[in-house]
Amino acid sequence: MTQPARPAPLAQRVSAARGGLVLVLLLIVLMLAVVASLGIGARSLSAAQILHLLVAPDDSTDAVVLWQLRLPRTLLGLLVGAALGLAGALMQALTRNPLADPGLLGINAGAAFAVVAGLSLVGLDDAPTRLACALLGAALAAGLVYLLGGSAPARGQPIRLILAGIALSASLNACTGIITLFDSAVFDSYRFWAVGALSGQTPGGALGILPLLLIGLALGLPLGSRLNALALGDDLGRALGARPGQLRLLAFVAIVLLCGAATAVAGPIGFLGLVVPHALRLLVGADWRWILALAPLAGANLLLLADTLGRRVALPGELEAGIVCALLGTPVLLALIIRSARRVRP
Amino acid sequence: MAADLMSQDASSSRLAAHGLTVGYGGQPICADLDVRLPDGRFTVIIGPNGCGKSTLLRSLARLIRPSAGEVRLDGRLIQDLPTREVARRIGLLPQSAVAPDDILVSDLVARGRHPHRQAFAGWTEADERAVQHALEATNTLELAERAVDSLSGGQRQRVWIALALAQETPLLLLDEPTTFLDIAHQVELMELLCRLNREGGRTLVAVLHDLNQACRYADHIIALRAGRILAEGPPAEIVTPELIEALYGLKCAVIENPLAGTPLVIPY
Amino acid sequence: MSRHRFAPRRSARFKACLLLLLLAAIGICALTLTGGAFAPAPHRVAVTLLGRGDALASLILLDLRLPRLLAAFGVGAALGASGAIFQRLARNPLASPDLVGFTVGSASGALITLLWLQLGGAALMLGALGGGLLAAVLIAGLAALAGIRGERMIMLGIAVSALLASLNEYLLTRAELDEAQEARLWLFGSLDMLTWSRTLTLLAGCLLLLPLAAWLARRLRLLELGDDLARALGLAMLPSQNLLLAVAVALAALAIATAGPIGFVALAAPQLARRLTRSADLGILAPALLGACLTALADLLAQRLLAPFQIPVGLLTGALGGLYLIFLLSREWRRTS
Repeated sequence: MTQPARPAPLAQRVSAARGGLVLVLLLIVLMLAVVASLGIGARSLSAAQILHLLVAPDDSTDAVVLWQLRLPRTLLGLLVGAALGLAGALMQALTRNPLADPGLLGINAGAAFAVVAGLSLVGLDDAPTRLACALLGAALAAGLVYLLGGSAPARGQPIRLILAGIALSASLNACTGIITLFDSAVFDSYRFWAVGALSGQTPGGALGILPLLLIGLALGLPLGSRLNALALGDDLGRALGARPGQLRLLAFVAIVLLCGAATAVAGPIGFLGLVVPHALRLLVGADWRWILALAPLAGANLLLLADTLGRRVALPGELEAGIVCALLGTPVLLALIIRSARRVRP
Repeated sequence: MAADLMSQDASSSRLAAHGLTVGYGGQPICADLDVRLPDGRFTVIIGPNGCGKSTLLRSLARLIRPSAGEVRLDGRLIQDLPTREVARRIGLLPQSAVAPDDILVSDLVARGRHPHRQAFAGWTEADERAVQHALEATNTLELAERAVDSLSGGQRQRVWIALALAQETPLLLLDEPTTFLDIAHQVELMELLCRLNREGGRTLVAVLHDLNQACRYADHIIALRAGRILAEGPPAEIVTPELIEALYGLKCAVIENPLAGTPLVIPY
Repeated sequence: MSRHRFAPRRSARFKACLLLLLLAAIGICALTLTGGAFAPAPHRVAVTLLGRGDALASLILLDLRLPRLLAAFGVGAALGASGAIFQRLARNPLASPDLVGFTVGSASGALITLLWLQLGGAALMLGALGGGLLAAVLIAGLAALAGIRGERMIMLGIAVSALLASLNEYLLTRAELDEAQEARLWLFGSLDMLTWSRTLTLLAGCLLLLPLAAWLARRLRLLELGDDLARALGLAMLPSQNLLLAVAVALAALAIATAGPIGFVALAAPQLARRLTRSADLGILAPALLGACLTALADLLAQRLLAPFQIPVGLLTGALGGLYLIFLLSREWRRTS
């Protein structure tokens, strides 16, 4: 016997002033983050130096560091961060689950498995193949998750969804393991990618995902108001004209494109998609239009900061962005779990 | 049974609370409550949503530790009694009971015998009789070999009550037993509870959200609002339009139920 | 009457399933001992088992296959029982030590031992055990501090797992390729090259813990009715839950310390046992027996499938577990849609 589904509280009408303020704030932080990302590292560059070298590049080591290492890395951070931030927000809106995250739900693992399988079977290690495989893997994993997340949330459902995602990740990782076991060349390139890092990409590689990202953004960003309606439950949403089936499909495609592209170039980076929507909800309130609009910006900020932190903290080596995200994201996830346990009291 | 020092009423109370303050995570939901549950009567706790009815019931059942004040069972602090001992005196039908998949009715009811079963003892005659009586009293004997999953909502609630009855306790606490049942099953359940109280002499305490059901079946009503008792006593005495307005903010008329003679609340 | 109508008892189906599983176990024994590259006749096997076989048969059967077979049974039984306890405690069919951070914690412990401390053998086992227990204690401690039980504790485990998994990946990148590959091999869970000493340790642990788990299973019958009702029926909640959890963790630790992290047996065995027996009160025996058979069968396949390459049994169970999981998900989908 099931209890009647209780709709979530109505999304608050966020004043444009508040949203605009946060937008400006995030843009300022972004500029600072970019400067930090370009400047901080084994070889430090000041803001003035950066500006000079960007405008008038020469043959100095600094210029090389800036143009060959930092710039592609920063660019990648921007794109991947934006993609994962938006994907996470879409996922949480779609599944009505505050703990949804591409890492936790196995989508990254799906992309990873497909990339490794492609590497091993096809043998080509070029960007388009990787991208295609990642998209396929992400689509399959997301499809499985979508099957589960399609119905209205019942008691205990959010945890069930996450557990299913974890179990899926685990089995996908096992399959990945089988492949890397028998192919040490694949393992060698896989293990560095599996950590989730922004290094080792050419500017072309980073820009290669741009078209997919733009499509993903174009599909996902406008869904905000319809997702607000959907947050009240399928039936109510339908009554408000939201058309849940079509909405889910669009969001699903957007998530796959965004996650697949991001994972293909940077490896599986988790927790970003989890933290961004929550942080934004604290700043602008529970209005998906604003959260989706600001998510790419917030995601880019967080990833750049994580990457820069990783470089700063582990000198002369570095801590990969994926690990920093995990280190910082876990306490957030723990806090969320504890808070949700407190709230659900009879 | 210890004599109650608080009230001038001569009736006894095995279960009582003094100065009870209870809450979750620092926010008190009930503050400084004094409650006596009269023995052998059917007490119903009513009040608006969030007033603390379930919290009060759960504190009385020793499910929540109070932050201040005390709950006493048979004169002793309920926290000091061994859990098993409390289980032999107080039976509970919580809102959150979960039936494992595929379980049969008789197996589920049999689990109610836990407080009486010894660690290495097998199934005794006493256990068999208790389960038999519990099933008979709730009219679920013919369902004994069926799976609980296959039952209707009304039948399932009766099975849960049978589980509590198998415990053979003199007190029975029920947390919103009629929620989610259709009206026929609600009435059936309330009649059953009434029977258990009248014929078995059991002390019954139920949280109900249906005001008229409470008026019809209760001997003693406790009206709770924002964690404090607004009124308590027999329905005929305390259920007045003034009380209902104070309790729910609802303007109503109270007439006499033509069939039962108990108060009937009719909102404007 | 002499036969009580309402006494809780096992159904005929349940007993039949137990018998079936026993027969399956015997069958797997037979296949393992008599098949493969060295395929002795049954008579030779029997003679060798009695201690009077020739040198070659004794070497292969008694020193290689038998300990491995017994270890497979032991690991499977421990994992099955552990998973059964976890799932009933959490009231969730997807709960298992794999998902509570425990397995990943032991992997971290093992990796640290291998890659930083550069130790192997017994130290590796201890490292794995230590890592797993540390992770379990961390999660239990956090849960206790925040007042979390049951389902949400699993979420805590997931969060900590995710963190530790990142740590593991990080450790793998900081090592040399061959070291990393070797470490990864352990991470997959393998029964290869299992000696008698490790097998006997495992079996001793099982003999101690499995009966204890079976005795505690009675409390599970109350716990699974919900926290409120369990307490109302006289169960001391905290000691019972902690005790059960400790036994479940110890069983999982035993299995992992012996063979590395072998996934999905703990997850799948209890559920499959339930579907097979259609019994609400599963106890410990059925999941343990089923887990033992599953693991032994998987190990058999791992040895023979791609012979002479040995697949680590953990990878096989992981991959097979994926198929099982998809089945479970689709069933869940059909039920809720």
